[in-house]
Amino acid sequence: MRNRRAVILGIGGGLGALAFTLGLGWWRSSGAVSSSADLLPVPISEMDFDLISHGGERVRPADWIGRPTMVFFGFTWCPDVCPTTLSDISGWLDDLGPDADRLNVSLITVDPERDSPEVLADYLSHFDPRIVGLTGTLSEIGRAASGFRARFEKVPREDDYTMDHTAGVFLFRADGRFASIIDYHEDRRFAVPKIRRAMQ
Amino acid sequence: MKTQIISTLILMAASPAIACESTTFGDLSIANPWSRATIGAGRPAVFYVAITNDGASDDALVAISTPAAGRPMLHETTVTDGVASMPHAMSIPLPAGQTVQLAPGGYHGMLMGLTAALKEGETFPVTLTFEVAGDVTVNAEVLSLRVEGPDCETDGQ
Repeated sequence: MRNRRAVILGIGGGLGALAFTLGLGWWRSSGAVSSSADLLPVPISEMDFDLISHGGERVRPADWIGRPTMVFFGFTWCPDVCPTTLSDISGWLDDLGPDADRLNVSLITVDPERDSPEVLADYLSHFDPRIVGLTGTLSEIGRAASGFRARFEKVPREDDYTMDHTAGVFLFRADGRFASIIDYHEDRRFAVPKIRRAMQ
Repeated sequence: MKTQIISTLILMAASPAIACESTTFGDLSIANPWSRATIGAGRPAVFYVAITNDGASDDALVAISTPAAGRPMLHETTVTDGVASMPHAMSIPLPAGQTVQLAPGGYHGMLMGLTAALKEGETFPVTLTFEVAGDVTVNAEVLSLRVEGPDCETDGQ
């Protein structure tokens, strides 16, 4: 498994490969043999979730159609991966300039227990204002994650807990088709070109 | 060691250069100690640093302590099949002649049970415990939540 992942990542930049890597865990945990198409995030038009934004607005998949979309799963109690990725995303939006205004950009929390719309609003005020935080019931977050083939899991810790979660940044075209994933440990120089391709 | 004497968090106005400073401790060189600002004291904070072992024998970072947090620990972010998790690291190896980074996305100090929110521009002491070299205390600078590291000319990034 590790070797296969290393080889796949070694190829570098292969969009399908990255999606495959991400989807592999899903495929293993489900125990079913899937065709490669089942490993990719489904098109946004086929997703089904009902979430609430940090501004208090209801957000459903149809609201994203018509603009390219960038989505990251995370949580505000996350000290390392999430601030790093949100800093990255903020930097990419800066690099894209005014074009970035054409994107839907969302952080979907995997920790709705702590991340209320108000908590998300406070946290996201430290990053690019175009990033919209989404939360909701655990079952709606789960429905959203399954459409992305993303995974998350609560990990207990002494008197506390943390969350394991899919760390890649998902990109979709304006019509809702899946475009690519910016993998967490991928060279960040590839990110903006990938976003631009999804926006074409 | 000495930090135990300091009962309260020492806060002082810091120039951005503090996170770019380097401390030499025997064969070890400890550079760029920094952290990210936190929203309140309820969330865990991080501690990042670069450690170079210029000696002829291996050492290891086995613990950190700080008056800024009740439960400081060493962690490592790992990404397996696209899923990020943060297992506890019992010890971070410091092979002879190499530099090991505690940096975003890899090894890091996890500061749980903060005594107060970490505010940008403050500094706080962190005592590093090495298996061979013993204890040394450095000052970590709190940077913005939205940075990926100190902007140093010589940090090798």
